[in-house]
Amino acid sequence: MSAPLHRPAPFVPPRFNRHGVLAIYRFELARAARTLIQSLVTPVITTSLYFIVFGSAIGARMHSVGGVPYGAFIVPGLMMLTLFTESIANASFGIFYPKFTGTIFELLSAPVSPLETVLGYVGAAATKSVAIGSIILGTSALFVPIRILHPVAMVVLLLLTAATFSLFGFIVGIWAKGWEQIQIIPALIMTPLTFLGGAFYSIDMLPRPWRTLSLFNPVVYLINAFRWSFYGATDVGIGTSIAFTLGFLAACAAVVAWIFRTGYRLKN
Amino acid sequence: MQPAISIQRLVKRYDSGHVALHGIDLEVRPGEIFALLGPNGAGKSTLINIVCGIVTPTEGRVLAAGRDVVREYRAARTAIGLVPQELATDNYESVWATVKFSRGLYGRAPNPRFLESLLDALSLADKRDARIMTLSGGMKRRVMIAKALAHEPQILFLDEPTAGVDVELRRDMWALVRRLRDQGVTIVLTTHYIEEAEQMADRIGVLDRGSLILVEDKRTLIDQLGERQLRLMLRRPLDAIPAGLADLGLQLRDRGDELVFTYDATRTIDVSALLRRLTDLSIEITDMQTRQSSLEEIFVKLVSRRS
Ligand SMILES: Nc1ncnc2c1ncn2[C@@H]1O[C@H](COP(=O)(O)OP(=O)(O)OP(=O)(O)O)[C@@H](O)[C@H]1O
Ligand SMILES: [Mg+2]
Repeated sequence: MSAPLHRPAPFVPPRFNRHGVLAIYRFELARAARTLIQSLVTPVITTSLYFIVFGSAIGARMHSVGGVPYGAFIVPGLMMLTLFTESIANASFGIFYPKFTGTIFELLSAPVSPLETVLGYVGAAATKSVAIGSIILGTSALFVPIRILHPVAMVVLLLLTAATFSLFGFIVGIWAKGWEQIQIIPALIMTPLTFLGGAFYSIDMLPRPWRTLSLFNPVVYLINAFRWSFYGATDVGIGTSIAFTLGFLAACAAVVAWIFRTGYRLKN
Repeated sequence: MQPAISIQRLVKRYDSGHVALHGIDLEVRPGEIFALLGPNGAGKSTLINIVCGIVTPTEGRVLAAGRDVVREYRAARTAIGLVPQELATDNYESVWATVKFSRGLYGRAPNPRFLESLLDALSLADKRDARIMTLSGGMKRRVMIAKALAHEPQILFLDEPTAGVDVELRRDMWALVRRLRDQGVTIVLTTHYIEEAEQMADRIGVLDRGSLILVEDKRTLIDQLGERQLRLMLRRPLDAIPAGLADLGLQLRDRGDELVFTYDATRTIDVSALLRRLTDLSIEITDMQTRQSSLEEIFVKLVSRRS
């Protein structure tokens, strides 16, 4: 214990703590990198399974939906399903884990603003789910021919969805008091909404009352917009879809702002 | 000189309704080691956590390095490093990664050379790439200190840094704290080892049930509140205290061969006059001893006086 220590000098913090954002972002991605094999192999296997079950078994009987081969038709829905669950899981775990281990004290006592905190955590979670979404797209391309009619819209929708649901996951992680609660939202809400939201079928294929009911499922709009960016066809208006996503994003942002203002489940 | 920390009428009422701090006023001077003492539940951690931004104050104002910890939290927090009471570490991270993370989180540009020297100073250099979960408890505590110092803070909070720490590490920590102080870092620590406060602190504050019942220079505190005793060993035991010495409030101990004179430190006594009176009564003295009460005794006295 003889090396020199620092001599404290007043340090004027910058208006935007970019080192802080980067530290959180890198830290979160490093955590993902530690489980890289799982993170990458799992979606590849799951996607392949979906193709075997839905694509081959069902697709053999049902050749196309609205002119798109069934196997290709389900790709956007599959990507969305993964995007939802991965974004929520990554972001909720990212903020819940330090709460659980107690290391959150450091975040709370650091000179990072709410916006910077969210950029770090949500940015990292969204990055990871976009990466996984891309892997799924790549894997799918091995099974079925894929066209992307509106690539720019596709990328924007991908990023927007990843960001929105990562933000939502961040809220879940702060709200959660235990591990079960972390799992409950994706399992109990997102997966059913996605399955019922036309991930694997067109809602036009549903009989009347179910079709109308589906229009109350927000996920329908997301999946439809995304599928439109691939194949051009859509069950509902693309404008409505984007409005829906942006509305949900704004709602999540408002909740996050409220959380930081009140310290809800973060501070005493 | 501007105080390192200035706390004004600070009140904390937890959601449970429990009032942990009842209007604290305190100034910590730049460059001093300030020890916060008090029994379990007195509010020491609450006070520290409010200054550091982990707990929201209910009323009152706190400035750190002259900046309001709520309104100018960025500037205030940049100046502060905290080692919390609880050991909380990222078990799967390496020592290096976690220290680097802390520096970045506090907004400082990377500086591997400084971090290397910091790990060196904490005898962590050879653990640089070890995962934190593979370290012993004492090592983890060093890591926590390294994290708290990674952004070169002006003020360091140590909430019970030596709880559950062996003698050697405790010595190391004291040495480290002194060195930091010598470099100009202001240090606020809490401890249950009074001996520690006695050895380390420049000033001492005693917190009891949410109120600061005393803030004093350590020396003054020991001098003012400490009792002194003069013990006189006698050649021939006495049966009783002679009438001629009744005014002094002496005590007879140990089968009558020891006379104890207790006085408080503010009163200067004339030892030679006392000895002369004893000689006049033909009481022979073989040995004498003086002792001063420790901070521990003072502390126990203070806290029990209030209950
Ligand atoms: N989150 C909380 N909600 C309600 N009461 C709390 C909370 N945290 C602490 N308290 C109460 O506030 C009081 C002060 O607690 P604090 O942890 O500040 O004490 P302390 O002096 O640090 O004690 P110790 O020496 O045991 O660490 C205690 O009565 C404690 O029970
Ligand atoms: Mg405490």
